[in-house]
Amino acid sequence: MTALLSVRHLTTAFDIGGRLIPAVNDVSFDLQPGETLGLVGESGSGKSVTALSILRLVQLPGRITGGSILFRSRDLLTLSEAAMRRVRGAEISLIFQEPMTALNPVFTVGDQIAEALLVHGKATRSEARQRAVELLEAVRLPDPARRVRDYPHQLSGGMRQRVLIAIALACQPALLIADEPTTALDVTIQAEILDLLREMKARFHLSLLLITHDLGVVAETADRVAVMYAGRIVEEAPVREIFRAPKHPYTQGLLTSMPGVTPGTRLRAIEGTVPDLSALPRGCAFGPRCPDHFELCDTAPPPLYDVGADHCARCYLHRPHEGDR
Amino acid sequence: MASAGDVPLLDVRHLTKEFQQRHGLWQPRAVMRAVHDVSFTIDEGQTFGLVGESGSGKTTTGRCILRLIEPTSGEVWFRGENVLGYSREQLRRARRHMQIVFQDPYSSLNPRMRARQIVEEPLVIHKQGSRQQRRDRVAELFGLVGLDPMHLERYPHQFSGGQRQRIGLARALALNPSLIIADEPVSALDVSIQAQVVNLLMDLQQRLRLTYLFIAHDLRLVEHICARVAVMYRGRIVELGPTARLFTAPQHPYTRALLSAVPVPDPDAVRRRIPIQEEWFEPALPLREVTPGHWAAV
Repeated sequence: MTALLSVRHLTTAFDIGGRLIPAVNDVSFDLQPGETLGLVGESGSGKSVTALSILRLVQLPGRITGGSILFRSRDLLTLSEAAMRRVRGAEISLIFQEPMTALNPVFTVGDQIAEALLVHGKATRSEARQRAVELLEAVRLPDPARRVRDYPHQLSGGMRQRVLIAIALACQPALLIADEPTTALDVTIQAEILDLLREMKARFHLSLLLITHDLGVVAETADRVAVMYAGRIVEEAPVREIFRAPKHPYTQGLLTSMPGVTPGTRLRAIEGTVPDLSALPRGCAFGPRCPDHFELCDTAPPPLYDVGADHCARCYLHRPHEGDR
Repeated sequence: MASAGDVPLLDVRHLTKEFQQRHGLWQPRAVMRAVHDVSFTIDEGQTFGLVGESGSGKTTTGRCILRLIEPTSGEVWFRGENVLGYSREQLRRARRHMQIVFQDPYSSLNPRMRARQIVEEPLVIHKQGSRQQRRDRVAELFGLVGLDPMHLERYPHQFSGGQRQRIGLARALALNPSLIIADEPVSALDVSIQAQVVNLLMDLQQRLRLTYLFIAHDLRLVEHICARVAVMYRGRIVELGPTARLFTAPQHPYTRALLSAVPVPDPDAVRRRIPIQEEWFEPALPLREVTPGHWAAV
């Protein structure tokens, strides 16, 4: 099977006072048609910058400094800006965390869905109006024929996120990138939106790149998971592998620090803080916080090692022993 | 609902807060009950969880207890005295014993004050100790919450989110309070930092015999640290009981719906979502004791 999206050695750096600080560092992954890849990480891990890089929406002082992004066998990084505009929204869509700010307050939701269709020449003005109602129906907004004339402030947070999903799906893209799509929502609304994303994925044959910090959301939604730390992917595996047999100490730490094992006991926290990207250690970026840290970790950033079928981890604990090869 | 024998540290009775709302200049005023007849008790040294979604009234309840928002009616008994009957001066003195920690460590600390000044300020306001005694106390508090005393002179922006939350906690602890109202104290923090702050809260409770009112939307966290918990929906408590019972044998359909919506960090978990239904709340039923100590509006 050919991957729908194939990111290779992507590096996106920010020019801070004349120094190039990589926020995304040599990131590679594939996304197959119909697959959901969960990109997990904390703030500053580079997961959102990865999403923006795929759509070439990184703003100065940030810029993509290396790598390739193959989408349907074209390298998005070599397309002209005009060609890239035809990709955005039509072939690859993006939905954000903040359903409160992502919609334009002075246009009706119908206008905003129609705009997506008109920009890409997918419908005439009168067709667009009809399509808007159908899309609102598809995302299960109650009373779509009336709601299409509503302004964003008349909708709740969950309804706005449904509208954003409708806009994202208007041109029937092949890939939907969802950056923390449920983080700002209440848990019952989050559950509805996750159900909706799953349903839309099946109905529109979408691939989904789901960016989140919430391992519960990942477990419910993703087929495969890539864990990011300080700009790099540190572990990648099918979702069951990540939860059943995590190999990187950071992934293990994230899983064991969650509440829920024995109430009232101390949580097994990861000590220390997320490193400053402008002052990364010479070796493994997780080294200073790692419970399994040893001499080799301070020498150079570890490469990704294969640790099982379709499972790799960026950790010296998993280096092949001498004589194995 | 008090435990048998001794008096609870905090006893909230029939707390109600109404806001006047006007949907347009010529529309008549409408009354919105943000908190509606809320009652619960917290024993000394206990952690009581108040959970609910946005708009459920959990934050307003916390603020009404401290009278940061004046409640419309009800009683708040703290160490056997009704806080709502206090004069301004009595309230100022009582606030020493009840402190609050806010959700957002980015907006809750004054950016123009040094960490030392932020932690020292309550001591100055309540005229505690000499300058030197206050300095010593601040250094002690820094150590208590796990901050490096070398960083006393730094400004808030020079700290990470987790460290800022520790500063907020040090400030809240400065006057040796017995009750801490913690309003979503870790929800703005990164996953790997949340556990550190939760551990700190539990350690401090043991060492200082603190009582917590823990306001949160994260049910997994509440299950982990709270002895008893109340679930709020649209201003009312719909269920209240010992945490273990409430999580394993929820009685109100809303509690079941809420629990069914929590994402489980296990790809093989069986998920059966329960959608919320309006008829569960119409008419609003009074709480009744289902099993000893476990109340539900069913």
